[in-house]
Amino acid sequence: MTIAPVIRTVAVKASPERAFEAFTAQMSQWWPKDHTIAAKPFEAVVMEPHVGGRWFERDADGTETQWGKVLAWDPPGRVLLAWQIGANWAYDPDLITEVEMTFADQGDGTTLVTLEHGKLERVGANAQALADQLGNGWPGLLQMFADYAAA
Amino acid sequence: MAALGDPTRREIFERLAAAPSSVGALAANLPVSRPAVSQHLRVLKEAGLVSETPDGARRVYRIDPRGIGAMRDWLDQHWDRALAAFKDFVETPEDPAE
Repeated sequence: MTIAPVIRTVAVKASPERAFEAFTAQMSQWWPKDHTIAAKPFEAVVMEPHVGGRWFERDADGTETQWGKVLAWDPPGRVLLAWQIGANWAYDPDLITEVEMTFADQGDGTTLVTLEHGKLERVGANAQALADQLGNGWPGLLQMFADYAAA
Repeated sequence: MAALGDPTRREIFERLAAAPSSVGALAANLPVSRPAVSQHLRVLKEAGLVSETPDGARRVYRIDPRGIGAMRDWLDQHWDRALAAFKDFVETPEDPAE
């Protein structure tokens, strides 16, 4: 089963370099505040700028909640991220959905930013596999989520 | 579809993620009425996010692991908002935080 990727494009009045920097290094400053999976509001959203770098949110107490990691790092044209958040709103190190960002110079002072969030069927496969493994054991399965919520 | 766009529904969804529950048990721990909880559960169910199973006279709600379609819809909206915010930020000439 394949699920259609989420694709979005937006043209921004900036160079690819600026757009890439803003997307990767300054996410804390524009990421919607209520789009978080942690128990508390984030103070920072951090993307470590290299392949294998972690992508996480950090709250005011310094608690880090992982979101994913960097799979490919090709500034200023492209960055490929693993979004490792399942349908249960919890980070899952075994789940990898892919967010590919490209930044294309349009030659008129703008950059076309394209987002493609794909491999979403892995969310379902993963959830189903865990559900099968644990029978109706969602409470146990989602202990990780509860831990986040109680943190 | 904005099944998870509503804060109360999101809260209900998160509680069901922690443990399956009945309408009554959910309502007892939320500042909303039982009929309101039922209505929210109906929306979540239609979105494929939760399923219900009978347990004697009551019905128990739990997260539906096949709620992938709803997850995708949430992401769809999420990226819309996030990229709009991103565009605003990038195009702001002076960055007061730097």
